[in-house]
Amino acid sequence: MMATTYTYYPGCSAGGVGRAFTESLYAVFERLGAGLEELEDWNCCGATAWPSVDQRQAYALSARNLALAEDRVPGPGPVDLVASCTGCYRALLKAQKALEAATPTSVRLRDALAAIGLEFTGRARVRHPVDILLNEIGLDRIREAVVRPLTGVRVASYYGCQLVRPFATFDDSRNPTSMDRLVEAVGAEPVDWPLKARCCGGSCYCGGPVIGAMPEATMQLSYALLREASKRGADVVVTICPLCEFNLEGFQDRMAKRFGHPLDMPIGFITQLIGLALGIDERALGIHRLLHWRLPERVPAGEEGGVHARA
Amino acid sequence: MSEPRFEPRIVAFFCTWCTYTAADLAGISRMQYAPNVRAIRLMCSGRVDPQFVLAAFRDGADGVLIGGCHPGDCHYQQGNYNALRRFELLRLMLSDFGIEEGRLRLEWISAAEGDKVQRVCNEMTEQVRALGPLRLVRGPRRRPRGTSGQAEAERGPGAVEEAELAPVLEMGGREAR
Amino acid sequence: MLEPESTRPPAPISSNGGPKIGVYVCHCGLNIAGKVDVKAVVEFAASLPHVTVARDYKFMCSDPGQELIQQDLRDGLVNRVVVASCSPLMHETTFRRATAAGGESPSHFQMASIREHVSWVTADGDEATEKAKALVAGAVRRVALHEVLEPRQSPVRPDVMVVGGGIAGIHAALTLADAGKHVYLVERETTIGGHMAKFDKTFPTLDCAACILTPKMSAVRAHPNITLWTFSDVVSVEGFAGDFRVRVRHRPRYVREDLCTGCLACIDACVHKHGKFDDEWNEGLSKRKPIYIPFPQATPPVVVVDRDACIWFKTGKCPRTCVDACERDAFDFEQTETYDEVEVGAIVLATGYRTFEASKMPEYGYGLYPNVYTSLEVERLLNAAGPTNGEIVLRDGSRPRTVGIIHCVGSRDAKHNPWCSKVCCMYSLKLAHMVKERTGAEVYNFYIDMRTPGKGYEEFYDRILKEGVHMVRGRVAGVTDEAASPEEEGHLVIRAEDTLIGSVRRIPVDMVILAVGIEPQPDAQEVRRLFNISCGSEGFFTERHPKLAPVSTFTDGIFLAGACQGPKDIPDSVAQAGAAAAEALAMIDRGHVTLEASTAFIDEAACSGCKTCVGLCPFGAITFDDERRKASVNEVVCKGCGICVGACPSGAAQQHLFTDAQILSEIEGVLEYV
Repeated sequence: MMATTYTYYPGCSAGGVGRAFTESLYAVFERLGAGLEELEDWNCCGATAWPSVDQRQAYALSARNLALAEDRVPGPGPVDLVASCTGCYRALLKAQKALEAATPTSVRLRDALAAIGLEFTGRARVRHPVDILLNEIGLDRIREAVVRPLTGVRVASYYGCQLVRPFATFDDSRNPTSMDRLVEAVGAEPVDWPLKARCCGGSCYCGGPVIGAMPEATMQLSYALLREASKRGADVVVTICPLCEFNLEGFQDRMAKRFGHPLDMPIGFITQLIGLALGIDERALGIHRLLHWRLPERVPAGEEGGVHARA
Repeated sequence: MSEPRFEPRIVAFFCTWCTYTAADLAGISRMQYAPNVRAIRLMCSGRVDPQFVLAAFRDGADGVLIGGCHPGDCHYQQGNYNALRRFELLRLMLSDFGIEEGRLRLEWISAAEGDKVQRVCNEMTEQVRALGPLRLVRGPRRRPRGTSGQAEAERGPGAVEEAELAPVLEMGGREAR
Repeated sequence: MLEPESTRPPAPISSNGGPKIGVYVCHCGLNIAGKVDVKAVVEFAASLPHVTVARDYKFMCSDPGQELIQQDLRDGLVNRVVVASCSPLMHETTFRRATAAGGESPSHFQMASIREHVSWVTADGDEATEKAKALVAGAVRRVALHEVLEPRQSPVRPDVMVVGGGIAGIHAALTLADAGKHVYLVERETTIGGHMAKFDKTFPTLDCAACILTPKMSAVRAHPNITLWTFSDVVSVEGFAGDFRVRVRHRPRYVREDLCTGCLACIDACVHKHGKFDDEWNEGLSKRKPIYIPFPQATPPVVVVDRDACIWFKTGKCPRTCVDACERDAFDFEQTETYDEVEVGAIVLATGYRTFEASKMPEYGYGLYPNVYTSLEVERLLNAAGPTNGEIVLRDGSRPRTVGIIHCVGSRDAKHNPWCSKVCCMYSLKLAHMVKERTGAEVYNFYIDMRTPGKGYEEFYDRILKEGVHMVRGRVAGVTDEAASPEEEGHLVIRAEDTLIGSVRRIPVDMVILAVGIEPQPDAQEVRRLFNISCGSEGFFTERHPKLAPVSTFTDGIFLAGACQGPKDIPDSVAQAGAAAAEALAMIDRGHVTLEASTAFIDEAACSGCKTCVGLCPFGAITFDDERRKASVNEVVCKGCGICVGACPSGAAQQHLFTDAQILSEIEGVLEYV
């Protein structure tokens, strides 16, 4: 059994909105025998406002993290830099591609790194936890580790837009299935639904409906997702983006009022779902941080007992 | 920047069917690239005689680029493989002379790859610029027979010159020319 | 490795004394003059050794431009010509001819490309001028060493081969055959007809495709000058222009072509009561038996046994009722592949296209939702001989009440094919008309731009508009079964921005038709290597010049016709096929080709008999005389690559127009002055 330690890039949301994601990620990896070590002295990846203002500067921010990862892990092999927030994942991956291309931008970025005594040699590879779970740790190991198969739980996997676009490194960009395969591996029933990779409006909405940029448009987008998931019979929706999770979860009351459709769809992170199947304690998975979380009645309770509802 | 930048001079040997055509395509597509590469057209990259490469360096080139068709695509079936073999031997020889890696480059460029011509010329220009001028100490020039009157005047009777490729005494640093 | 120490005399120069070089710098309008300081180049050229004349002119390739050269030659001012202008690949022949017309050997000429290689690619005008000077200097130094060369010719074989039996190949074959040439028409499928035979109607006239195609197919079969080989492909090509040796493989049908009358009784008699195997001709929409004919008018009208499906081949146990049903005793299950080798003077490639695989765009739902079809599938539905006898029905047999047609599937798309496939707007309008006519459904066409450039095409568009087809101008984002409102339940919803009204629309439909684009055949790379031509970056075969030489290739004797060269409709395919046939005819009727001028030769005095060159020639043009211990080059077979020349240790092997001396002086020239 491989005991690999991956370099982890938490990003800014890891300690805040995405805390449950981080907690469950660490717990699941540990249970599966893989380690996560936070990249020392990481800096913001520049995912949000920077690319619209100056793409190259944004790349430079991310480039530092890539170069640091190479610096911390001695060679000669590749260094996997695992980023859980898909915004960070996308930003870091874009910077990786920019560095790898033979363009003037790449030259400037390398010069910038050299100015602070770092370099990018191409060893660093940006990976997502779903990619690691599927392709490094592997479905077999996950299945073996399941102690509480989530039989009968119908799970709609929500990929969001940044996991497989613009770069589809480990899954199809229009019809992704990687999360569904993980869901299957823990005994649950993946729900195929057409909006699984449709935008939730997250980037227009950050800050919530009061100070977000386009509240009406994003309310429509997020509502459409929840409505469709519900219509397809999903018991829960799992996701991999702290912002998507926040948007889908946090405004269901408002949506109910706006669209006249009562909603109470449990939303969580896929790592939390997997963690439950692996028998990890709910508190360690950050389940208590979720607003609507519960599994359907018919799921046999784990050792902790009882139907899981919001604490 | 007040100092004039060193402008490398690179001689390129391009095969007619692929690389030269690709360079034409780059022209038709108006792809802009560094003017430092001077292309000499041959029918096939297999025509490149190692003495051409050496003569180019001797005559003042800072870099030499050989362009041919992708393996398997040579218009004459296998000329590019011959070019590859000669290139590999030349590399060893040049390194013995102290001529740095990066001054001789071989690229497979197909007739449709105008953008590759642009990229390779730009890349090689920067690479050779970073290496600096190749300052070979030259002996009296050897000229091919039957050439210009200027050469005959220089040569004088007897015809056989002593000068080979003179041992390299100074290599170009990073100063501008 | 440096200068050869042989006693070979210097290359012969013109009889009127030493070289007198004329340098002509072209402006090419503003193409060169807009960037390069032409006057400075002229001044520089005038300072070079042996340059007696240096001029500039707006368009050197024009008559007055060429006259400048000829006049200087006639006046004895020059005996070597250098033109600094466009690429030699463009005008070397033009200026060589001009030089010859002026009374000088055409090989006493050299070009410097200061347009494609300088003015068009250099941002800074000063740098461009310097580079131009360097290239001119190289040409000037080189041309002083050029020799006089006699052009040589070789005869052209009279027969022609056409590869591909679609409408382009058919038309080329008929044109050539009518001109009295013997044509071998090689087609990979079991029938000729290509894609056109699958259509029901053709735009803009709505002519029945079969009605206009089948007479030509019959004409091919009946023509005394055409040898029709179907279910055959080309396996090797040797030789060169005027003298190709082609090996063709014929695959076994297990039915004798000379005996089968196409009565089709065997198909009825087959032990399989119903079709079980995907019918490729019907795009997989129906099933066929192991013994089949693609469609009733297949040419030749001969059935074929699918070896992988036939029980006899799989198990050896079958009563073979097909054989009993055959009155002509045409079956031969022992058939094997056979081969033919033919010699032809010219080859026309008309290998056609394939359509974009719609499954590459899952956002449009092909393969995910049952009622999403490709245009080719719908052509089969519309065709009276197709799987539904011409009825447009959904998978469950019901009629659609709303139909959406999505343009540009796979085309104009950075993720798939960047080009426009040229025919899809027209065929999408045609499908809109026909679907509406057959079903009465509401039809929506979703387009980016409406491209209707041909004769009668815009008028056709107008007609379709008047028929009430709805046009939504916006690239479709996706096809989904997500119902956002009760009206959408049970339908497929097409989401697109309607840019003409400025809003995003969701349009529920029963059936989606994807207008898939045209792309090269999947084996285009193998085919082009076989014939020694090139493909562009998109994979279509490369023509010699996109504007002025659309049917010839850089390999003399190989011509192109139809969609294999690029997406085009039937009128253009036919026109191009006619042009290709005409150019092939010109070559054959001329009776000879002028051989490669830049052949290799061996100076026997310098040859040391090391035999290095002999094995290097890819064409076997070098022989070795064991007695005299000398190598020699057969100049008829020599293709002029120069591989042997580059390898010869003693410099005995040289190449006309590319001698060591010439190239070394060109190297010196580009470095000496600038």
